[in-house]
Amino acid sequence: MKITKAKSATTAFEQSLAKPGRPRYRLRLYVAGMTPRSAHSITNIKEICEVYLKGRYDLQVIDIYQQPVLAEGDQIIAVPTLIKKLPLPLRRLIGDLSDRHRVLIGLDLKPKQ
Amino acid sequence: MKHNEPMNATRKPRRSPSLPKALTGIQGLDELTGGGLPKGRPTLLCGSTGCGKTLLAMEFLVHGAVEYGEPGVFMAFEENAEELAKNFASLGHDLKALVAQKKLVLEFVHIERSEIEETGEYDLEGLFMRLGRAIDSIGAKRVVLDTVEALFSGLPNAAILRAELRRLFRWLKTKGVTAIITGERGETSLTRYGLEEYVADCVIMLDHRVEGQMATRRLQIVKYRGSTHGTSEYPFLIDEGGISILPVTSMGLKHEASTERVSSGVPRLDAMMGSKGYYRGSSVLVSGTAGTGKTSLAAHFIHAAAVRGERCLWFAFEESSSQIIRNMRSIGIDLEPAVRRGTLRIHAERPTMCGLEMHLVIMHKLVNQFRPRVVVIDPVTDFAALGQEWEIKAMLTRLVDFFKMQQITALFTSLTAGRAFVESADVGVSSLMDTWLLLRDVQNGAERNRVLHLLKSRGMAHSNQVREFLLTDHGAELRDVYVGASGDLLTGSARNALEAQEKAQTLVRGQETEGKKRELERKRHALEAQIAVLRAEFEVEQAEEAKTIEQDQTRASVLAGDRVQMARRRQSDARAAGKTPKRK
Repeated sequence: MKITKAKSATTAFEQSLAKPGRPRYRLRLYVAGMTPRSAHSITNIKEICEVYLKGRYDLQVIDIYQQPVLAEGDQIIAVPTLIKKLPLPLRRLIGDLSDRHRVLIGLDLKPKQ
Repeated sequence: MKHNEPMNATRKPRRSPSLPKALTGIQGLDELTGGGLPKGRPTLLCGSTGCGKTLLAMEFLVHGAVEYGEPGVFMAFEENAEELAKNFASLGHDLKALVAQKKLVLEFVHIERSEIEETGEYDLEGLFMRLGRAIDSIGAKRVVLDTVEALFSGLPNAAILRAELRRLFRWLKTKGVTAIITGERGETSLTRYGLEEYVADCVIMLDHRVEGQMATRRLQIVKYRGSTHGTSEYPFLIDEGGISILPVTSMGLKHEASTERVSSGVPRLDAMMGSKGYYRGSSVLVSGTAGTGKTSLAAHFIHAAAVRGERCLWFAFEESSSQIIRNMRSIGIDLEPAVRRGTLRIHAERPTMCGLEMHLVIMHKLVNQFRPRVVVIDPVTDFAALGQEWEIKAMLTRLVDFFKMQQITALFTSLTAGRAFVESADVGVSSLMDTWLLLRDVQNGAERNRVLHLLKSRGMAHSNQVREFLLTDHGAELRDVYVGASGDLLTGSARNALEAQEKAQTLVRGQETEGKKRELERKRHALEAQIAVLRAEFEVEQAEEAKTIEQDQTRASVLAGDRVQMARRRQSDARAAGKTPKRK
């Protein structure tokens, strides 16, 4: 399971290199149960992805209660946390993703002023 | 926070009897806290960098896991499990083995500030879940968060963090784990982020101060809700055995006074103290100027104790162990067999090795390990360089109390400088001591000699006489001193000279008596001779007298005969004539 994941990550990385202008995004959103905040963050990221990354993103939503080992592996302390695994650099977006401006900066979709 | 204190104080009596505590297993801390940290509650451990927070917290877990059957979780925010295991291996703790035995969990929480972007509201559910899982995985009873403040530098939005930490500490309480939360010392508050607001049950502060180039670590229990505790700062030591804190709470004037006596090792000195020596468990000060034999007197005391089979501990601050043994051999005291038997331990160390309080901690530790009945500290005055006078006195007070509590007879030597007021130099220290011997050198002519005064000895009749103190090749000896004509003490060769002089005088006196006797005899002889002469004269006189009488008689008879012849011739008286021839 892990190996295939790693492979797919590698391919994704290669793909992103191949198309320098429009890299492919690999995102993972950790939430804690189905709280309103969790739901809110899921809605937010999906909306952003559809607007800015249409067709070039993979989004995984993980409940830390369901997959605690995965959460520990990713050093999840705060929830919700969105991890931008690709393109590099790795970034953690903490919070319910309601501050769209900051989310776009965090995803390198908008330059920092 | 401070204004809460009085309220807590009033609450104390109600809660103290039933407050359960978790033993830390750290030497001294359990005594200070009256049985450990509040069980099932969080304790805040704050202090500046490098003062031993992580170590103390980890010891709490390791002792819990190994000695008290309470597994623990160590959640580290700054060091990973590998680093922790490595650091604690040097203190003899095998963390990896404990992890393998499911007695310990090492959790490393890594927060990389540069990766983090805040995009809205969040909570720390990830941390809660992780900690909860770690606790449940081994059924942990103890938890350490070291140091949770790393969250503040790692995560944005302090307001959320504060709320979440408050929730975390409450949650820890409901979990029923005894927790230590470490925090970095703040400039105006106990911790940089004010964690003391959330952890209200017990606050312990560690400190690492440098005074006069000597670093000393200190521990203070700032707060312990529902329990009495000492509020002073207590020095503590970190060495290969981990942390040990000086249990000052166990001190005070509560010791039992023994009536048993122990020999000073010098018979004549014992004689000065009612033939018995010092009281067991008393403290003895031997003070004197350089080279007056303080160490030798201490060696006598130690040797006597070692011969009795008592364990002795000698803290030497000026000579090495072998140097002491060699030097004492020169006055006929062989300490080596006792050292080899393990009865005597000589702990030689330069006083500048560490700070005053660290010495105290080391001494405590050694005494607790070795359990001696007799201790020598040679000399205490070497501590003078390490602190102010009051600090030294405070340290000695603690030391004296500690020895008394343990019924250890302690002998302190003290080097006094200057010759004018030898007594006054030790006054600060001497009030702590039960027996005070003063060694002094007295100059007589071209030599210096040692004299010993027994200045005080509490609770016993003791001699007020000054004695000459001699160091011979068979040990120390005390001799009577002579007082010279001008009131000076006569010692050494002056004393010898005086002794010789006295001997001569005795001889002369003897000769005089003899002379007188002879004179009398002579007089008697003369008298007798005179008597003889007188008698002889008398005899002569007598003899002459007799001769004269005879001559007179002869003359008378001749005269009478002549008269008869004349009468016959004259024929005057026939009767008278007839008588006269008959007389012939």
